[in-house]
Amino acid sequence: MAYTKAKIKDLVDGKIDRDTLHTMLSTPKDKERFEIYLSILQEQAPWDDRIILPLGPKLFIVQRKADRKWVVRSLAGYDFCDWRENWKLHARVRVRETPAQMEKLYPRLMAPSPEWQVIREYFCPLSGDLLEVEAPTPWYPVIHDFEPDVDAFYTQWLGLEVPERAA
Amino acid sequence: MNIQSKTTTRGLVRGGETLKQHRDRLMEATRKTRHYAGLTRMELRDSDPIQYNKLFSRLRAGVVDARETSKKIAASPIVEQEGELCFTLYNAAGDAILTSTGIIIHVGTMGAAIKYMIENDWESNPTIRDKDIFCNNDSLIGNVHPCDIHTIVPIFHEGELIGWVGGVTHVIDTGSVGPGSMSTGQIQRFGDGYSITCRKIGENDTLYRDWLHESQRMVRTTRYWMLDERTRVAGCHMIRKLVEEVIAEEGIENYWKFAYEAVEHGRLGLQNRIKAMTIPGKYRQVGFVDVPYDHEDVRVPSDFAKVDTIMHAPSEITIRPDGTWRLDFEGSSRWGWHTYNAHQVSFTSGIWVMMTQSLIPSEMINDGAAYGTEFRLPKGTWMNPDDRRVAFSYSWHFLVSAWTALWRGLSRSYFGRGYLEEVNAGNANTSNWLQGGGFNQYDEIHAVNSFECAANGVGASAVADGISHAAAVWNPEGDMGDMEIWELAEPLVYLGRQIKASSGGAGKYRGGCGFESLRLVWNAKDWTMFFMGNGHISSDWGIMGGYPAASGYRFEAHDTNLKEIIARGGEIPLGGDADPENPTWEALLPDARIKRDKQAITTEAMFKDYDLYLNTMSGGPGFGDPLDREPQAVADDVNGGYLLHRFAESVYGVALKKAADGLLGVDEAGTKSLRAKIRKERLAESVPTREWMARERERILAKDAGLHVQQMFAASFKLGPRFEQEFRKFWDLPEDWKLMEADLPIPSYGREYTMDLSELPDVKTVQFVEE
Repeated sequence: MAYTKAKIKDLVDGKIDRDTLHTMLSTPKDKERFEIYLSILQEQAPWDDRIILPLGPKLFIVQRKADRKWVVRSLAGYDFCDWRENWKLHARVRVRETPAQMEKLYPRLMAPSPEWQVIREYFCPLSGDLLEVEAPTPWYPVIHDFEPDVDAFYTQWLGLEVPERAA
Repeated sequence: MNIQSKTTTRGLVRGGETLKQHRDRLMEATRKTRHYAGLTRMELRDSDPIQYNKLFSRLRAGVVDARETSKKIAASPIVEQEGELCFTLYNAAGDAILTSTGIIIHVGTMGAAIKYMIENDWESNPTIRDKDIFCNNDSLIGNVHPCDIHTIVPIFHEGELIGWVGGVTHVIDTGSVGPGSMSTGQIQRFGDGYSITCRKIGENDTLYRDWLHESQRMVRTTRYWMLDERTRVAGCHMIRKLVEEVIAEEGIENYWKFAYEAVEHGRLGLQNRIKAMTIPGKYRQVGFVDVPYDHEDVRVPSDFAKVDTIMHAPSEITIRPDGTWRLDFEGSSRWGWHTYNAHQVSFTSGIWVMMTQSLIPSEMINDGAAYGTEFRLPKGTWMNPDDRRVAFSYSWHFLVSAWTALWRGLSRSYFGRGYLEEVNAGNANTSNWLQGGGFNQYDEIHAVNSFECAANGVGASAVADGISHAAAVWNPEGDMGDMEIWELAEPLVYLGRQIKASSGGAGKYRGGCGFESLRLVWNAKDWTMFFMGNGHISSDWGIMGGYPAASGYRFEAHDTNLKEIIARGGEIPLGGDADPENPTWEALLPDARIKRDKQAITTEAMFKDYDLYLNTMSGGPGFGDPLDREPQAVADDVNGGYLLHRFAESVYGVALKKAADGLLGVDEAGTKSLRAKIRKERLAESVPTREWMARERERILAKDAGLHVQQMFAASFKLGPRFEQEFRKFWDLPEDWKLMEADLPIPSYGREYTMDLSELPDVKTVQFVEE
C-alpha cells in the first residue's frame, strides 16, 4: 500500500482520517514512507540542515550543513552532541523528587512516591520543549535509549546512500 | 546367565521415532541450519501455496471456533465474559503451529509442558495414548501462574502420534493461602495452591474419578473449576476432531508438512516484519514495580519476607542488519519472597502477546517467533528463578511492567521510520485486582477475582490519544465485563463505575484513562478482600516527552453505618472518587474506619456487609510534550471527566473559561501566555544534566536512598556484573564504593543459598533461553 505525501503529512500532523489510519495499521508497510516522512519533516523544520533520522517530534539526528558532522539537534536548533552520544547528558533536567512537585502532575495518592520513583524531565535549553521523561528510582543512570545503526538501515534495508558524515 | 538383548522399541511419533528422538532431531537440525527443523525450504508452501493456505485458514478458523464455542460451557465470568482462555495446536515436538485468540501467552507455556513430558519420558511412564487427557499448571516448568490450568490432549493418526492440542483457562481460585486466583498472602510455592505437573487425568476421553474427587476439593470454587475443565476438554476435542477431518480430506502428508513448515514460516515472518518496520541498532529501557511488604496490612507467614523491595528489569534490544534480534535482560533483580516471580517461558511467551499488537499483527502466531528471537535472562533473576520454592501466583505484577518498556524501544524505531500509527507509549500496569472470598450471596464457599482490569487505559500513540478503559496487554480481546454479571458472581453491589480522571499519562497525546468501581459488600459472610495494585511506582513511563500514567492507591471503608444512612434516606457515596486529593466520601461516612493511602498491595482484610471497596484501574502513558497538545482537546478532557481541571493549567498550560454552552472552552490568549510562562519555568527550574549528575553522585557516595532502592541495586549488581560495571562507570564511583545486600540491615534470604528444580532426582528441565 502506498500513500500520498498529503496523507503522510496528515499523519505527522495528527490529522489522519480513520479509514486511512486503519489501512496503515492493517496492511503491509509502505517502504517508501521513510523518504516521504523525512521530506515533510524537513519542510517543517526551521533550519535546512539535512535530517538523517527523527528521534522524537522535536529531536533529530541531522547532518550539520556547516561541517557535515552528524549531531543530535532539537527542533529549536540546539545541537546537543555527536549523534552517537547520549543527548540527554547535554540537555537541561528537572527532577521531581518531592510530593509537592509530583502533585503538580498528578492528584495526591495518584502520584508516585518520590522515595521509590522520581520523574526526570529533559528540556531543550533553547525552547524549554520537553523532549523526554524518565521515571526511574533514585540513583538510576541516565539511559542512552537508542543507538541506531544508520548505515545498515540506509544501505541494506532501504537501498539508500548514506549521507556524507564528517569524522 | 541372564543375557539382555538390545531391543528397539518403536516410538510413538509418526514414522516410529520416540518423542525424545523426534524433538532432539528437530532441535539439532534447527541449530545446524538456523531454520526450524532444518527446513531450508518449505516444500508444501512453495509447491502448493493454495493448499498450504487452505490448511492454515481451516485449522485457524477451527481453533478460534473451538474457543468461542467451548467458553459458553464455563460459568466463571473470567472465562465466559472476559475470554480468559485459549487453544493451541502443536506438532509432535510440542511446537505451536497456530493458536486461537484470547490469552495467547500460552502458545509457549503449554508447549513447555509438552516438552517437559517429552524430555522426562512420559512416553514410557505414565505412557501417552490416544484419547488420554493431561493436566498441567506447574509454573516451575513454564506456566505463568497456577491459576492458568492447561488441558493437553495428544492427537493420533492410525496409531501414531502426530501432534497435541492444548486448552487453557484462568480459573478463579486454586486453593492458595488466600482466596482469588492471584493472591498475595503466600511467599512460597507451597502456599500458591494446587499444583499439577503434566498429570494424566483421564483416558478414553474420560476423566478419572480420583482426579475429579481430588481436584474439586483442592480449590474453593468447585463449580467454576469443574465447568472450566469441561470447557477445556470440549475445546481440545473439537480441535482434535477438526484435525482428523482435515487429514481425511487433505491427506496426512500435507498435514504433517504443514505442522512443521508453519513454524518456520512464523520465524521468517518475524524476521521480515523486523526489517519492514524497525531500524537496526540498540534500544535500552527499564521497568520497575514496587513490592511494599514492610507494612502492617501485608500479613505474610515469614518475617524474612517483610521487606520493601523494588523489582527491576532493564532491557537491551539489539536489532541486527539481517533482521534477527536479541533481547538481553542483564541487570534484572533476583526472584523474591512474594508471588511476582515468573518462569522464563511465561516471560518470553508473553512478549509475543505484545508483539501481536504491533510487530507481528498476524493470525500466524506460533513458536516460529520464539525460534527467531534470542533471549538472555540471567539465571536467578525474577524472570528465571533458580529456586524451586518460588511463588508465581501474581507473576503479572511485574511481567506487564517489565514488558511496557519494550514498547518504548520498538516505538523509537517505528517513529524513526515514520510508522507513527504503530507507536505506543506503553501498556498500563493492569491493576487493581479486587480479590477475596468467603461465603457468597448463595451461601457457598466462594472466591472472587474481578477481571475489570481487562479494560485499562492504552498508551498514547504518535497520532492519537490512547483508548480509555479499553484493553489489557495480556488479552488483546479483553473486556471490563458487565456490572450485572459481576454482581451475580460476587456479593458486591456497584455504587459507581466511572472514568478515573487524570489516570492517563499526560502528553501531546495522552494515555487512555482507566476507570474505577465502588463496590458495597452485600450478602457476604465471613468475607475477606485485598488489594493487588501498583502504588508507589508507576511502571508505565511515557515516551518522547509524554509522562507516566498515574500510580494507584487504595480506599476501603469499614463500619460505615450505611445501613442506617440508607434507611433514613441520607446521602451515600456514589460514582467515583473523583479527586482523591479532595475526597468527599469521608464526610458522608463520619463514623467509618477508612484506609486511604498508597498501600496498593495488601493481604486478606475482613469485610462485612455495607463496607466499601474502591477498585481503581490504571491509565496508559503519554506521548510528546503536553504543551503541544491541542488546547481544545484539553478542554474536552476536563468536560468529559478525563482530566481534573487544575491539571489543564499546571500540566498542559491551557487556560479554560466557561463557554456559552455552559461547558469549559479554551481561553486562547490566556493559554498562549501560560504556555510561555511554563517554558520559562522549565528552564529556570532545570539545570544542565551533568550538574544534576554531580549532585546525585554525592548522594550515591553517601548511600543516600531508601533501603528498598539500595536492595534493588545490590541484588542487580550481584546477578548482573555488566550492569554493575556500567553503573560504576556512569557515576564514576571509586573502587572502595561497594553496595552489597549482606551489608543492608534487612534480611535477604535466598541471596546465597538456592536449589533449582533441576537438582531434584529424575527431573530434566528444559532450557529455552540463554542464561
